[in-house]
Parts: sequence; C-alpha cells; structure tokens
Amino acid sequence: MKRIVKLNSPISIISHAAVGGGEERRGPLGDKFDFCDITDRFGMDTFETAEGEMGRIALNTALGKAKLSHKDLELLVAGDLQNQCVGTSLGLNSFGIPFLGVYGACSTCTESLLILSSVMENSPDMTYGAAVTTSHNSAAERQFRTPIEYGGQRAPSAQWTSTAAGAFILGRDEGKPSVTEFMVGKMVDGGTADGSNMGGAMSFAAADTILSYFDESGESPSDFDYIVTGDLGKVGSDILKEILARELPGCERFHLDCGLLLYDSERQDIHSGASGCGTSASVLASHLLPLMETGQINRILLLSTGALMSPSSLLQGQNITGIAPLIRIENKGYKKKNTTVNRK
Amino acid sequence: MDNLEKKRLIDKHSPKTKLFKNSALAFLFGGLICALGEGVFLVLTGIGAEEKTAGVLVTLIFIFAASALTGFGIFDRIAKHAGAGTLVPVTGFSNAVTSQAMDSSSEGVILGVGAKIFTVAGPVILFGISSGVLYGLIYFFAGLIF
Repeated sequence: MKRIVKLNSPISIISHAAVGGGEERRGPLGDKFDFCDITDRFGMDTFETAEGEMGRIALNTALGKAKLSHKDLELLVAGDLQNQCVGTSLGLNSFGIPFLGVYGACSTCTESLLILSSVMENSPDMTYGAAVTTSHNSAAERQFRTPIEYGGQRAPSAQWTSTAAGAFILGRDEGKPSVTEFMVGKMVDGGTADGSNMGGAMSFAAADTILSYFDESGESPSDFDYIVTGDLGKVGSDILKEILARELPGCERFHLDCGLLLYDSERQDIHSGASGCGTSASVLASHLLPLMETGQINRILLLSTGALMSPSSLLQGQNITGIAPLIRIENKGYKKKNTTVNRK
Repeated sequence: MDNLEKKRLIDKHSPKTKLFKNSALAFLFGGLICALGEGVFLVLTGIGAEEKTAGVLVTLIFIFAASALTGFGIFDRIAKHAGAGTLVPVTGFSNAVTSQAMDSSSEGVILGVGAKIFTVAGPVILFGISSGVLYGLIYFFAGLIF
C-alpha cells in the first residue's frame, strides 16, 4: 500500500500567527508569540469562549500579516479539544468562511494542514484557505479531568495542556515554506489506559508513521533538519527515541518535540511537557516557520500526535489510541542537507 | 510491537511517583492541620465553649478556610505539595465541593452548580453515609447480643 501522497503543486504557508496564555508567555518561546494574555481569559467570561477568542485573534493576526481579509478565504479547516469543536465555532463563526471541523485530539494541526493543502491542490481555483487550531488548559481540564481549583497531585508522567492557538493562511506563494507531501497516520493501540501518560501512548503511533515514511520514501532522516512530533513530552519522546534508535539508527538525532519546546521544565511546573493541539500549532507558527522563512532550516516532517480517548473510555479500561498524521514542509528549491544548524 | 512490549517501554520511561517525599509531606501537612485544629479547639474551650460544640466549630472553621482558600486560588498550590495531607482531612472534601461549584458556575445555578456540585465529592458522600449506616447497624445488633 502506497501511503505517501505528493502534492504536484505545493501549497505554501504564506502567513501564520501564534497566540498563547500566561504559562506560554513565561516559556522559552513566549517572546515569539504574536499575542499572549497572562490571565488566560482573553477578555471573555468563560474558558470555552476564551478559547474561541484566542482562535479569532490568531486568525485575524495571520490575515493581517498576509494583508488579506476574511472574505479572501475560501475554506477554513479548524479544530480544538472541546466537544463538537465549540472552541472553534464560538470564536470563528462570525467570519462566515466555509468551514470543515477537525477533531483529531492533539493531531488537529497537522490534520488541518493536510486536509486544507490536499483540497487546495485539487482545486486550482482556490486561492487562499486557513487552518486554525486551538487548545485551552482550563477548558480541557474541565472537560477531561478535575475542576480547575481542585487540589490534587498530578502524576510525573502527566502533561500540561497548553493554552495556545496557531493560525495558518495557505496560498500559492512559492517563496514561502510549502507543504509538499503528506502521509495519513494509522490508529495505533497506545498500550495503556492511563490518562496521565498520553505521551507514552502516542509515541507508538509516531514511530509507526515515521518508520513507514522512511521505509516507503527511501530517504534518509538526515535529509531533514528536524522530524517534529506534536506533544509526546518527555516520556513519549524517550520511548520514540528508543524505538527509532532500534529500528532506524540515527533517526532519533533529528527528533524534536513541540511539547518539550513550549515550556521550560526547570522553571515551570509542567511535569512531562506540553500537550494539547495548540502545542504543535503554536510552536510551528512561532518557532519553526520563522526558522524556515529565514533559511535556518529548510525541510521538516511535522507529526502532530493525537491521543484518542474520553473520560468514559478510560474509566471503562479501554486503551488510548494514538494517531500521528505527517506532513512534509520545505523551502522551494532546497536540495541538500543544511549542516549549519546545531542539533541538540 | 505487541502491547506487552509497549507496556514495558512505557513503564521503563515513566518517572515514578516520589513515594517517600510525598508521604513525608503528606504527614507534615496533615499533622500541621490537625495541630492547628487542636489549637483552635483549645482556644474555643478556653473561652467557654463546650467540648462537643468546640469540636463541631473546629470542623466548620476548617471547611470554611479550605473553601475560602480554594476560592482565592491558593488551595491547589498548597495541595500539589501536601497531597494526602490536605486531601484526607475535611479540607479535601471542602475543596472538592467548592472547586466543582466554581467550575460549574458558568453553566448556571441550578443545572450548573446544583447538578454538578457533588461530582467529585459524590463517592465520599455515598460511601461515607453508606458505611456510617452499616457501622450503625453492626453497632446496634452487637449491642443486642453482647
């Protein structure tokens, strides 16, 4: 089965914006965000509407950077962590853009970019589209875990759902980083029903997609600057690196996890790292794409990782299912490996 | 990769809960709360309250204090260090009820707060009362026999 899909006319990310909350502002990427509200409220009465507002600010900022109006957008592909994607609808309904809602747990960012670029490639008349992904810590805690002010101890393997949004405007500007390939991930049993260990559960799906990609493409991991996963955190990244080191030695050196970039684990009480679909969206928008635009890196694989589960399925003892869709983002005309970047 | 191997990898890379540190902190914070309670009890009896009344008042004061600290967003910051030290005393129950009430307030007074206030504390209420009834029955019948 051939799984890698090449886009004949690459779809470029012409503009992007990242919005975050207080914890994100205090993190190492805080300065690179376009806007942060340290209260996490974004001027709204509830956390659900705050998440919507965050998405609205992100999309507006990205539109402003591209000097476009919402009327120029022909398709909006967006999603969040709340039931029925209300985090998205509460903030973006007033734009009046044709909309596809995506619910892929924390894989939403890659999934949205994948769907949007695929639709645009097959619709030559479509000029601009937008992808927006949001997650809000308090809205997610309320839905999936305990009340926000509940005094409990979190497991060391638990992750911190980010209050973050990323918005991307896609077009056909060849001078910008472009989505050139994608590969849809398979659902992979995470091997655990522990909701405090989502990074571990998702790592197997990430490994499956990465190994399948290199198996089919025949390329070497060193052809890429980074292989970026969404929110595996410390535990998931360690597992992924062990699997990669065993199955495709050397590949693990190119691995980077957005969940480990968003916060500083020394200074911030976030346990195993960041989670939530806003994590990979905001890190891509605030950190990775600017690096690509300035030519510091030129080619990455992005796999936003998702943990499919619900509070009910976990209480019923069902294992978490992991997914990891993949997109390849690269600068046009880039041929050789870039050796100037120091990898950690 | 089978699930056994996945489980092995997850266990290998997941940091373990710091059992000794958590237990020591729980002991310290729990003990501190009890000592404080004893202090308040002595003050209350000292100013003339009956022992039974003073006992009830101490409980009420701690329920109120934990609820207020939850409202000000301080309780969870203490509890993440104290663990069972703040969870097991009546302070934990108070926090569970108050935090849920705060959370649900955006959904309205009746269907929000009213319907959900005991979501977290529900098991404590159900099994607390049930075991109380069971214990009472055992006590009653044992009294008839012996």
